[in-house]
Amino acid sequence: MSKELIVVLLVAPLVGFLINGLFGKWLKGNEKLSGWIGALAVLVSLVCSIIAFTSLNSGAAPLDETLYGWITGEGFAFNIGFRVDALTAVMLLVITGVGFLIHVYSIGYMHGDEGYTRYFAYLNLFVFAMLILVLGNNYLMMFVGWEGVGLCSYLLIGFWYEKQSATDAGKKAFIVNRIGDFGFLLGMFTLFAAFGTLDFTTIFDAAEAGNFQQVFGASTLVIATLLLFVGAIGKSAQIPLYVWLPDAMEGPTPVSALIHAATMVTAGVYMIARSAVLYNIAHTGEIVAWIGVLTAFFAATIALTQNDIKRILAYSTVSQLGYMFVGVGVGAYASGIFHLVTHAFFKGLMFLTAGSVMHAMANELDMRKMGGLKSKMPITHWTFLVGALAIAGFPFLSGFWSKDEILHSAWGGSPLIYGIGLITAFLTAFYMFRLIFVTFYGESRVEPEVASHLHESPSVMWVPLVLLAIPSALIGLLLGWGGHESWFHHFTKAVAGFSSEAHGEASGNVILFMVISSVVGLAGIAFAWTRYSKRVPSDEPTGALHRLLANKYYVDEVYNALIVQPVKNGSHFLLWQLVDNGIIDGIVNGVAALIRFVGGLLRRLQTGLVQVYIVSMVLGIVLFLAYYLFFT
Amino acid sequence: MLLSTVIFLPLLGVIAIALLRGLGATAVKGIALGIGLLTFIISLGLYTGFNADTATFQLVEQKNWIPGGVSYHIGVDGISLWLVLLTTFLTPVCILAAWNSVEKGLSGFMMSLLALETGMLGVFCALDLFLFFVFWESMLIPMYFLIGIWGGERRIYATVKFVLYTMAGSALMLVGILALYFQNDNSFDLTTLSGPFEHSDLLFLAFFIAFAIKVPLFPFHTWLPDAHVEAPTVGSVILAGVLLKMGTYGIIRFCLPLFPDAAEKFTPLIVTLAVIGIIYGALVAMVQPDLKKLVAYSSVSHLGFVVLGLFSKSSAGIQGSMLQMVNHGLSTGALFLLVGMIYERRHSRMIVDFGGLSKRMPIFATIFMIVTLSSIGLPGLNGFVGEYMILAGSFVGQAFSKVYVVFATAGVILAAVYMLWMFQRVMFGTLDKTNEGLPDLNAREIVVMLPILLFIVWIGVYPKPFLSKMEKSVGVVVTKVQQTEPAMGQLEQQKSRDPKLALQETLRTQHEKREKEAEQ
Repeated sequence: MSKELIVVLLVAPLVGFLINGLFGKWLKGNEKLSGWIGALAVLVSLVCSIIAFTSLNSGAAPLDETLYGWITGEGFAFNIGFRVDALTAVMLLVITGVGFLIHVYSIGYMHGDEGYTRYFAYLNLFVFAMLILVLGNNYLMMFVGWEGVGLCSYLLIGFWYEKQSATDAGKKAFIVNRIGDFGFLLGMFTLFAAFGTLDFTTIFDAAEAGNFQQVFGASTLVIATLLLFVGAIGKSAQIPLYVWLPDAMEGPTPVSALIHAATMVTAGVYMIARSAVLYNIAHTGEIVAWIGVLTAFFAATIALTQNDIKRILAYSTVSQLGYMFVGVGVGAYASGIFHLVTHAFFKGLMFLTAGSVMHAMANELDMRKMGGLKSKMPITHWTFLVGALAIAGFPFLSGFWSKDEILHSAWGGSPLIYGIGLITAFLTAFYMFRLIFVTFYGESRVEPEVASHLHESPSVMWVPLVLLAIPSALIGLLLGWGGHESWFHHFTKAVAGFSSEAHGEASGNVILFMVISSVVGLAGIAFAWTRYSKRVPSDEPTGALHRLLANKYYVDEVYNALIVQPVKNGSHFLLWQLVDNGIIDGIVNGVAALIRFVGGLLRRLQTGLVQVYIVSMVLGIVLFLAYYLFFT
Repeated sequence: MLLSTVIFLPLLGVIAIALLRGLGATAVKGIALGIGLLTFIISLGLYTGFNADTATFQLVEQKNWIPGGVSYHIGVDGISLWLVLLTTFLTPVCILAAWNSVEKGLSGFMMSLLALETGMLGVFCALDLFLFFVFWESMLIPMYFLIGIWGGERRIYATVKFVLYTMAGSALMLVGILALYFQNDNSFDLTTLSGPFEHSDLLFLAFFIAFAIKVPLFPFHTWLPDAHVEAPTVGSVILAGVLLKMGTYGIIRFCLPLFPDAAEKFTPLIVTLAVIGIIYGALVAMVQPDLKKLVAYSSVSHLGFVVLGLFSKSSAGIQGSMLQMVNHGLSTGALFLLVGMIYERRHSRMIVDFGGLSKRMPIFATIFMIVTLSSIGLPGLNGFVGEYMILAGSFVGQAFSKVYVVFATAGVILAAVYMLWMFQRVMFGTLDKTNEGLPDLNAREIVVMLPILLFIVWIGVYPKPFLSKMEKSVGVVVTKVQQTEPAMGQLEQQKSRDPKLALQETLRTQHEKREKEAEQ
């Protein structure tokens, strides 16, 4: 593995972006070409990633190299540099592998869209930014990628910019993410103040040796890791900043699959795994795990009552990200990243199948208007089923392995977290199969004019579905067989901070945990069968709890009433109208008016009558004389 | 002579236009653009000839001017170099931008613009306090004309407010300059000035208030929105791009190195105002219905960052501020140009009148997006580098509590709010019928924007050439402000003695020092 390889890996999507971005006008007539340029660019990165991975897997040393000094001067040096170790390699394969398939799928999905070349330009730019995020060998470079993917997310959510709800959602995503970035920035400042650098290697070594400036006394690393976690909460849509992700479904569906399920939203998990050394020392993982498990549960409850298939998947993503945070939070970094990998496949798959359904259903998303799609769209149905079984923890499918590892490790950390995680697993199986039964089974409720066009998607779309379904089913078995002794754990063992895992030292019987998880998952599926195999979700919520869940706990409304409106109105009336125009400008104009007024008074003295001047002169002389004669 | 040529070539252009304006509009524009470009090309010699390894003033020219201590003394160092180049860069851009937008009095407009350039360059290059003051005041006159003649409806109110506000500060500064003159052996020479000075607190304030008005620092900012809204497009560009920087330049050139103890003393107050400015400017910008006002208030927010960094006592913070001055000149200048471009098409600056422009004007949309992102500090573009250096430097610098940095960092969130909301309302959504006929940017307008975009990306990706040239000069300022404690002791000692004696002694020692230097 050489530096040049990594440069090619990184630059290929940038080239794709520039071609589609600058020459989109000329490519417009030939959209196939435009799409394949985008896909090819990612394919180049994929090949490079595979080369890098195999060389690491055959025992090559990780690469850590600085390319050039970016922001440097006296007392500070922020560099552009790469670090490729096992963790990076895993992320690279996920990003370019899933990314490539989604690019191919998009060629069919976006067919005929007015902004075809613009779409592929943005998508390539996203891959470029995401690669920077995972390739950087320091926090600042990670932040560069972090902001870059945020920008692409903004652009792609609001891709259909004539739609108000789409641009609203894009803006919301960017701003909520910025709140997280606020924490990330301050975390970086703290690390910089403590270590004098942001390079991973230097920071981790110094942290382990305890050799750094105690900026905030003994809690320096606690504060730093928690601030970084605020960034992760924003990017990976955890409580309380998850609100942007469900809205992000306004973007084209492949975008939801790539950015808002498989890659970008997992950046927070990656960041914590990358900073494992710091979290191990600061012992802040417990907070991470708690936020994670609460988010997992909370989002799953909302997913129970939604009827929009993409929204269900979105809340499911929030929930699954919560699991990943439980994993990295309890110190089972490899398990957290393992779930990230399996989730990227099965959730990416499910979004693409949802896209396939939308494609056939004239962009309909409400599953109450579907039903019985199984016969009309067999490939879509079967691939979706694989994804749903994987996420529900059906024995031996991928989600079964990774979720079970996390739950098992959580048991060692806190049985309560394990308990909530297990309940969430039941809910997950339930809401997923509610979606399946209502959408693909039962009577068709499709409107007649749509039904006549109902068809399976073209091969450029269903081939990626199949290619994603295979790993969704098998990757857990291949990489996860053997639990903590599995290939995946072995491969990632050397990553800084991973090996000192403080998670449940295989406490309890592994098989028992697996059985419990499987039973819970199957119970969820069975319960969904009893409720929704024949019935359609009601239009009106029944009961207070149902209403609360259907309205997503009114969180958006509360944020709007408590934050958005007060800030807007306060800025308008209090700051602008009152302080700026009223007080400050009032004083400014008041001073001017006062001077004018005084001048007006004094002007009256200038009467032009010589007699008055003489009288005042004489008076003045008399006064001066009197003063000197009598008072000095 | 290089520096004098750069400074006075635009003035030559003024005379040329005055003599040749009978040749018609195209000739006038051609002369103005030619002179502007020539000045910029010659000024590039400053960059190539500049030695980054030293902090001393370079390309110095000194001639006695008025007997009694006034000399024509100019030069550049790493601090002024970039502001000079920013000025010579923006002026031809502005001339090209104003190509078709001046309906009456074209030659007067171009003459004002060129005269303004001479004034601004003089301010950045003057090494004599008297000369500095002359340039500082003289630059008001062409700006007065630009707003007062070619401005909008309330132009008279705006221009009078602008001039009086600035002059109130100038009056204080003049007193300060005179006080320094008497303490400097009857000389206005900046390079011979060295503290500690008598009444340094008052002197610091006299200078600082003048500069704070120019910046403008909250609460001295209310002239800015009015001036921007009424000014013609290029007036706004120059105002935001260069004029505001004269305030921050003054702080780093005078306030910090001459009165480090006073600067230390007032730091808590000043950074409080800076942070208020960051948040307040952003919040008020958010609710503006007028595009130009929005950008004007965003300047208040951005310049708050610059002031914060200047008082951070850290190399990263002050260099960040220096870089951010250039960045703000580019990004906000570009924003005003873009607003001007749609104003020329639609004759409105009200956000509600727009929406969905992306569809009709894709090139404009792309450029506007890049500039917007630059303004909100997206990594990879220029704004991020400056902002990041300022915040990191302030956090590490120990000059003030980290709480200030926390609040300032929150400004980063707000910047995204007001810029993206504005962008959404102007560019996204459905196109209104009245806007259907709006043409996209023409070749001239693209040529105006491209060089700015080039620098926006360049500074974002590879800021090293910019930072390395300013490093040494900033280092001198950093050393001065970091050595405040011992200097404070010295001052205390002095105060305990008879002030008159102390003054005489200071003058004597300074005189001796000067003689020694002269011998060398």
